[in-house]
Amino acid sequence: MANILESVGNRTINELDYVGSLNIQLWSTLRAMKTALPLIGNRYRWQATVQQILQIGYEALPMVSLMAICTGFILAMQGASELRRFGALNYVIDLVAVGFTRELGPLLTAIAVSGRSGSAFAAEIGTMKVTEELDSLRVMALEPVEFVLAPKYLAALISVPCLTVISTLSGIVAGGLFMFFSTRLAPLVYFRYVLESVFLRDVITGLIKSVAFATIIAHVGCLEGFRVRGGPDSVGRSTTSAVVKSTFLVIVADAIFTTIFYFTVRP
Amino acid sequence: MTPIISIHDLVVEYDGRRILHGLNLEIEPGETMVLLGGSGSGKSTLLRQIIGLERPKSGSVTVKGVDITHCSPAELKKVRPSIGVAFQSAALFNSLSVEDNVALPLREHTKLAPSIIDLMVWMKLAVVGLGEFGKLLPQELSGGMKKRGAVARALALDPEILVLDEPSAGLDPIVAAELDELILLLKQAFHMTVIVVTHELPSAFRIADRIAMLHQGKFITVGTKDEVRTSQDPHVRHFLDRIPEQLANATSVAAHFEKYLHSQETNQ
Repeated sequence: MANILESVGNRTINELDYVGSLNIQLWSTLRAMKTALPLIGNRYRWQATVQQILQIGYEALPMVSLMAICTGFILAMQGASELRRFGALNYVIDLVAVGFTRELGPLLTAIAVSGRSGSAFAAEIGTMKVTEELDSLRVMALEPVEFVLAPKYLAALISVPCLTVISTLSGIVAGGLFMFFSTRLAPLVYFRYVLESVFLRDVITGLIKSVAFATIIAHVGCLEGFRVRGGPDSVGRSTTSAVVKSTFLVIVADAIFTTIFYFTVRP
Repeated sequence: MTPIISIHDLVVEYDGRRILHGLNLEIEPGETMVLLGGSGSGKSTLLRQIIGLERPKSGSVTVKGVDITHCSPAELKKVRPSIGVAFQSAALFNSLSVEDNVALPLREHTKLAPSIIDLMVWMKLAVVGLGEFGKLLPQELSGGMKKRGAVARALALDPEILVLDEPSAGLDPIVAAELDELILLLKQAFHMTVIVVTHELPSAFRIADRIAMLHQGKFITVGTKDEVRTSQDPHVRHFLDRIPEQLANATSVAAHFEKYLHSQETNQ
């Protein structure tokens, strides 16, 4: 019994330590963010940010779009197979449009970015730690949080909402294609229905979620990299851990946000 | 002369395990101090204390009059540009070219015009013999070239103290000898204080003004090359004469084995 309590206690302390580290890292990054901004910040830091935007956003574009198109088709088909029985096929449009804007667009994007970029952050920073590059930054009086983390976080804050918008549009377009091929519904009519069913609050809640997911992915990925101990094998472990933890936290955060929006944002 | 680096009663522990046991050392400006010792003797741990990467359990390290073990991060940041460090793994940033690696501290800490920075970078690279390789990425360089690139980056801000961690580790004897000559040249040209961590004897005796030898986290000898060479301390002799410690203690191993056999017989 004592062993079980000890184990639970240790686990709890470790998890609290992790959450505390995430918080400290987040505040240090927010303080260092001004150096990564264009015009008022450091020119080289903004260049690094642009490079990261291309890696997180531009390079993920085909994957995120394809995932959204496939999911849009699946959602439309699954919805249609049930709604057709009640003669409510036109509600497929609401299902796809609202579902993607509020939920699936941000979530699919976050899962894709977590797999691509969260793991890449952990691997890059972990390798920098193992090869003493982080130490060499410190001895040059450069803070790794400012030099490495701030550009990545700023890039994630810009890229993930943009990818979310594209993912949402891709899903909605896929739903439109399904409706066209299954019911010969004209695309313009479909998009008019979409505009009628999606409200500004749906777009805003989706974008708020995407900003929160970007924060989780960037910080969990970077923290896993900073926590690498030992040799190259631990870089592999931190990469896996970054994907697992960030995906888990994204889903938990999604559940919390959805609950909050359900009870506070009413039509 | 006031020492440029003073180490007083330095104690370092990791997870309750004592690595450095109350070390004391003073390094004069302009001298080359070699920290010599076998693997696990505490050389690199001491080096990390000297460059302010870690804080000790007790004791102090004073660099240019600033106690870097107890000062604020802002004070430490002011001292750091006066220490140039070349790590064992070179630690050049793989995403940047060699010249961008050398230019990095200049871009971050000075307001020099890009053309002046380019010129300074070329000069630093030329000093270490990499003048024509600036455009290459670190992964395109050989081991010796990477180490020279790391030295060039360490020299970027014209530091008063140059710290080199195992500069010749993993290099063939000729490249290692070239690095030794480079260290001597830098000292002669720039009159800097050089601290070198190594376990390579030929290298240590070629470049050192003084040698501090570590064994199990304690200095067993600190002195000139001749003083170390003639030391009669058994650990120094084992190291210099390349006698394995385990072999030297073979009799104690036999005694342990006999004791074990005796205990087995008693149990039966």
